[in-house]
Formats: sequence, structure tokens, C-alpha cells
Amino acid sequence: MAWTRDEMAARAAKELRDGFYVNLGIGIPTLVANYIPAGMHVTLQSENGMLGMGPFPFEGEEDADLINAGKQTITELPYSSYFSSADSFAMIRGGHIDLSVLGAMQVAANGDLANWMIPGKMVKGMGGAMDLVAGVKKVVVVMEHCAVDKKTGALEPKLLKACNLPLTGTRVVDLVVTDLGVFSIDKHGHGKPTLIELAPGVTLEEIKSKTEAEFDVAESLFAA
Amino acid sequence: MSKKVYPDAVAALAGVLRDDMTIMAGGFGLCGIPENLIAAIKLSGVKGLTVISNNAGVDGFGLGQLLETKQVAKMVSSYVGENKLFAQQYLSGELELEFNPQGTLAERIRAGGAGIPAFFTKTGVGTLVAEGKELRQFDGETYVMESWLRADLAIVKAWKGDTEGNLIYRKTARNFNPMMAMAGKITVAEVEQLVNVGTIDPDHVHTPGIFVQRIIEGSHEKRIEQRTTRKRD
Repeated sequence: MAWTRDEMAARAAKELRDGFYVNLGIGIPTLVANYIPAGMHVTLQSENGMLGMGPFPFEGEEDADLINAGKQTITELPYSSYFSSADSFAMIRGGHIDLSVLGAMQVAANGDLANWMIPGKMVKGMGGAMDLVAGVKKVVVVMEHCAVDKKTGALEPKLLKACNLPLTGTRVVDLVVTDLGVFSIDKHGHGKPTLIELAPGVTLEEIKSKTEAEFDVAESLFAA
Repeated sequence: MSKKVYPDAVAALAGVLRDDMTIMAGGFGLCGIPENLIAAIKLSGVKGLTVISNNAGVDGFGLGQLLETKQVAKMVSSYVGENKLFAQQYLSGELELEFNPQGTLAERIRAGGAGIPAFFTKTGVGTLVAEGKELRQFDGETYVMESWLRADLAIVKAWKGDTEGNLIYRKTARNFNPMMAMAGKITVAEVEQLVNVGTIDPDHVHTPGIFVQRIIEGSHEKRIEQRTTRKRD
């Protein structure tokens, strides 16, 4: 069985460490907040100007002045702080954030990331994604292993030899978590990605057939 | 009464607005947007505007209202995903759009207010954003040069302000407002509570009054874009 969205988020949460400052993107990455291990102190940053993001408010307690980067109402915690967008991106660009978890349309074997634009089709913008991948110490991508072509229903691999969509950053991704497995990326070198984990019931043959990029397989997977 | 205080948004913008001007508008999504000043711009009918704002509002609210009336010729933004009308006008060529990474946008505005014509950042290197811009190596890494942004007019929203223009923002409604207040040739602030000098603790001022030329008190709808809640146990 391939991993569900929640299981993917739970796997990404294994990259968290005590004391980390973390920025979570919109979508599956947001779910990572639900899997912070008990007893571990992780501070969530929201790039619109907050450290120490709390859970959604109880009904009736929503505050229009308190939202996250996905424009959702949230709450503050005893250790929260607020700041301007310039200070927020000083934290991000300045290398003070330990981990960023982002979604992706495409990831290349060398760690290139595309997640902000489809020419002629989608004009939403990059928001803070380009700054995050340029400045955060470790970048984890969580994405479905393949996209589904809406017209034909065909599966389109998203882990590619090279991205063909406009890039968000070059050589920026450290780890890719998909519904089928986990790959580590050699973003500073010339090596292939390494498949380090397979989702339960997923075979090497299946993941190979759904991945365009060439990759190595970690020895630990053969031992299993 | 201080010379900075105006009775309402229309009065505060009198003599300031003209066609083809550049306006910065504070806010992130619909959070911390100058609702009254946007409405007054709509009412004035000025057109050909270049608007610098992180987002473009939603259909029918915030800056979305100025798109409906086709008063905006160009937007400089980082994310416009919430606005269908925006996408329509852009794809049909009616509206020019310049995407900036959000942190680059914030820093360009900060630089504009601080008198720094350009800076280098790693953000966007190797992407469309860096095309045609100067690249330079620092300590073995490549950075791209980004230039300052300044505006004829900045409209900002704060929670509390005094008659000298000292401002305090509330929670995440701060966002782009402090930098934009600094980068406008004329900055007009709207606040929920206009108070007398001496009311705000000088240690708590976020934007010192030197950056604010005109100030009004207004009422605010403060629409919530994504109302998310959790259940009580």
C-alpha cells in the first residue's frame, strides 16, 4: 500500500529535531504539524510574520488579524512573536530556519525544484517558495510520486532527469517523500538520488517504472 | 489637532491621486489591508495605476475592487492565486504583472524606504526571476542584484496610531505595512483607533511617525479568507 497524505506527512516529520525552527508549506506539508513527536520542541514559522504558530482556533474565536501563509485562521502560543515581512524573510534568507517542507510539481535528480508556474496555464506566483529554498538549511519535498494527466488519465512522473517547468530554485532539495518512497538527493554533487525507503507493499519495480530520474538503491533496502 | 489627521479616506487622498501613479498597498491576503483607502481610490476613478502589493485581494474585495474597475495597469506581487479576475485580465493581456519572490519584494520595498538602490540575494538565482539581472559571486556563491522599489503613494493599515502618525500593528496584520510606510513619497495610514499623543508607549511604536504624512481612523470589515477552526474536545 502506498502511503496516504497523512503517512507522507508523518514520514516528513521524522526529519524534525528538538529545537528546530521550521517553515511548512501549503497542502500536505501543513499536516506535518500534526506529527511533531511528543516532548519535542519545534517552533513553526509562518512567513507572513509569525514564529510559534498555534493550532486552528475554536469556532467563534477566529481573529482576522491572525492568519498563516495559507490565509487560514490560526492561534498564538505563549512563546509566539510577530514581525514584518522583511524581518520574516531575513530569518529565511539569512539561514536561521532549520527545515522547510514544501510541495512540488517537479523535482530533478540534482535537486532542482519547480513548484510555482505552468506557462500559459497557471499564474499564481511563487510566494515565499524561492526565498525558502534559497535560505533554509534543509529542504524536504513532499509530493505525490506521479501527476495524473486530467485528459488522458496517464501517470506523469514528477521525479525527473531535469525539470521542464520554470524553476523555483537550482540544487535546493535534500529529501523527497512521495506516496511510494523516500529519496535522498545529492544536491551538491553529481551523484544520482538514492532511494532510501519504500512504502509498505511498494516494489522496486513499481517505483522504477514511475520514476523518470535514474536512482541508486540504499543497501539497507536490500537487507530488508 | 495635528496637521496629519484627516477626517476620512477621501479627504486624506485629496490632491494626492493621479492617473498612472505607483501605489504600494499593505497587507497579506486580506489581512492588514487599508480597506478605506482602497475604497477611496476606487471612488476617485484614477486609472493606469501600478500597484505594488504582495497579493491582489480577492474577487470583489480588497485590491480586487480596483481590478473590477480596470484602474490597475500593472501589479507587482508575489502571489495572486486567490483572484480569478486577475488571472483573466492577465491572460487576456489587459493587465501587466511582475512576479517577485515574497522576500525579495519585502526587501526591495525596505531598501526603497532606507535609501539603498540595490542589494544582492541568493533568492531566484538560476530561475526566470534572475534573467537579465546582474549576477555576482560572494564567498563562492552566486547572488542576483535586485533594485529598490519606491512609490508615489503608500497606503497602509495599522491597529493603533496617534495624531503624530506613530503606528502599532496587531498580530500578523503587520506584514508588508511597515516597509511600505517607509517607501512611499507620501504615506497615508488608516487605523482602527486614532489616539492622542502620549497614549502609545514610545517603546511600543512599530512605525515612527516620520514615515506617515496623513492618518485617518476608519471602520474595517476585516474579512477572513480561509476560516479554519478546530472542534472543542
